[in-house]
Amino acid sequence: MRKYLLKRIFYLFLTLFIVATVTFFLMKLMPGTPLQNEAKLTASEKASILAQYGLDKPVWLQYLIYIGGIFKGSLGLSFQFSDQAVSYLIGSRMGPSMQLGGQAMVIGVVFGIILGAVGAIRKDTWADRLATILSILGIAVPSFVLAILLQYYLGLKMGWFPVAGWEGFAYTILPTLALAASPLAETARFIRTDMVDVLSSDYIELAKAKGLSKFGIVYHHALRNSLIPMVTLIGPLAAALMTGSMVVENIFSVPGIGEQFVKSILVNDYPTIMGVTIFYSALLCLLLLLTDIVYGIIDPRIRLSGNGD
Amino acid sequence: MADNAKNIEIKPGDFAPLDKQVGPDNEKIAAPSLTFGQDVWRRLKSNKTAFTSFIVLIFLFLVAFGGQAVYQHNPNDQSPKYANLPPKIPGVNIHGLNGHIKQSGQDVDAYAQAGAGKDVHYTLGTDYLGRDLLARIMYGTRVSLEIALIATLIDLTIGVTFGIFSGWKGGRVDMFMQRIIEILSSVPSLVVMVLMATAFQKTGMASIIAALAIINWTTMARLTRAQTLQLKNQDFILAARTLGESAPKIAWKHLLPNLSSVIIIQTMFTIPNAIFFEAFLSYIGIGISSPQASLGTLISDGQKNFQFLPYQMWYPAIVLIILMLAFNLLGDGMRDAFDPKSKR
Repeated sequence: MRKYLLKRIFYLFLTLFIVATVTFFLMKLMPGTPLQNEAKLTASEKASILAQYGLDKPVWLQYLIYIGGIFKGSLGLSFQFSDQAVSYLIGSRMGPSMQLGGQAMVIGVVFGIILGAVGAIRKDTWADRLATILSILGIAVPSFVLAILLQYYLGLKMGWFPVAGWEGFAYTILPTLALAASPLAETARFIRTDMVDVLSSDYIELAKAKGLSKFGIVYHHALRNSLIPMVTLIGPLAAALMTGSMVVENIFSVPGIGEQFVKSILVNDYPTIMGVTIFYSALLCLLLLLTDIVYGIIDPRIRLSGNGD
Repeated sequence: MADNAKNIEIKPGDFAPLDKQVGPDNEKIAAPSLTFGQDVWRRLKSNKTAFTSFIVLIFLFLVAFGGQAVYQHNPNDQSPKYANLPPKIPGVNIHGLNGHIKQSGQDVDAYAQAGAGKDVHYTLGTDYLGRDLLARIMYGTRVSLEIALIATLIDLTIGVTFGIFSGWKGGRVDMFMQRIIEILSSVPSLVVMVLMATAFQKTGMASIIAALAIINWTTMARLTRAQTLQLKNQDFILAARTLGESAPKIAWKHLLPNLSSVIIIQTMFTIPNAIFFEAFLSYIGIGISSPQASLGTLISDGQKNFQFLPYQMWYPAIVLIILMLAFNLLGDGMRDAFDPKSKR
């Protein structure tokens, strides 16, 4: 276990190092400087601005400084907002993103489990078909389309929820719903497939023979076993939420990381793009690692040897 | 029993040799023997949802790639005079298709307002530059499909080659190659695509295809590797090796046909994924740029006017959703058809 952990942590750092290196050099290949009105500036003004960003040094030195900075938690300065550190930018925007992501994950997983379980128990009935249609739609309707529709019909037309902004819990409802659709669909599909399998296994037959109630069987025996492999879904779901957050935050003007990322891409704010990229990768890597550890603990059949793929 | 047996008298004359040609041939297989492909096709046809999706997809492909021959409107022709006109089909009088629109609560004939003659009509209306929306949707669908298909083809080539090579070689090479996949797949795929799209600077088809191809092949590689590991220890591979067949030839002639179902099924899920990411990138503004169109840019353009002219977003969005639905459902059906035992 310990050896496995060390190995995984080593790979985590290796991954992040490669990501940082590749992003750095990709960004260096691109045109664009922090100079905003280049034509108007004198040569010395230009030089001083470039020096402020460390762009006057040779590329290899910039690279070393950047990598060194990461260990100190510094990700450079933003081009777009002069003098603002990227790490500060990310830090100040983490709250809303985490809240939305967390809410969407909980809602998606909880309702996904319910939908999937209903589908499995009432297999081949109208309830199952409805659940299947819902979960297929959740996969087929892209989050940005869903977000626009929710915003217009529930926000603007019905006036039930605020249309956009970030001033309290009511403002989180629509973006959460838009984000939750895809985890909900994925979870429902996963649980249904798994539970159909579990429900036809011998120990469920035994539980039925013992005369347990239907609810008791599903809740105590079937669901619990189906939930274990669910843990492996957390990584992909988190990645999907990151993707979704970029557009959903934009549509609902939520001051989160995703919204900042899209803005930075559109104005070529390279340090911020790099910073967010590394941040997202680190987050996903950590989640994947945690998933594997948790999976090993709750399912003793999985041995964390590091050899099995 | 014993009494009965005594009463039966059997004489040699009771027996006569059977004519060899007469009588049922037990060795003959009555039903026509089906090849694997025919079998899959039969199972797919019996799956109504999957088969409907298949038909829908064929229809969409025909319209996207051949529709312009029938509906001859240039998707890039601008006529600012007729900008933002709602859908109008002559002879149809359903609200939403008759060229009328609600303005401050009143039903107004938008075509009369724009001073359009009787012969002017746009089947799905026009966009903010007066471009024919139906023509643009057909064009956009074609671009989306082209990107998705080319990207998937590249994914497939890289992924399958990588997977077979990794699984076949085994040992250290396999270890190393698996680490590459592990590292690649622990980076959020969207981030890589955004990086690529930004790195190529010039947004357009090539950069999106490259971005999609770089990230999406890992799943395919993983699946083919796992299958190759299983297959390579089987007897027919051993036989081929013993006969001195070269490794590339074994991969091509023996491994690939056995991997085909895995590859086809996975492809059916890679395509909608590629369509989704293309739409996503174009939607946030780093994909296809105008005057080119894809479903993503059409949705993004339509969204600006959604409050007043909802049709401008609804139609491209519906096409996108139908595409995604059809590919996903057909993928599910294919999985069942190729492997009836599979639990998914």
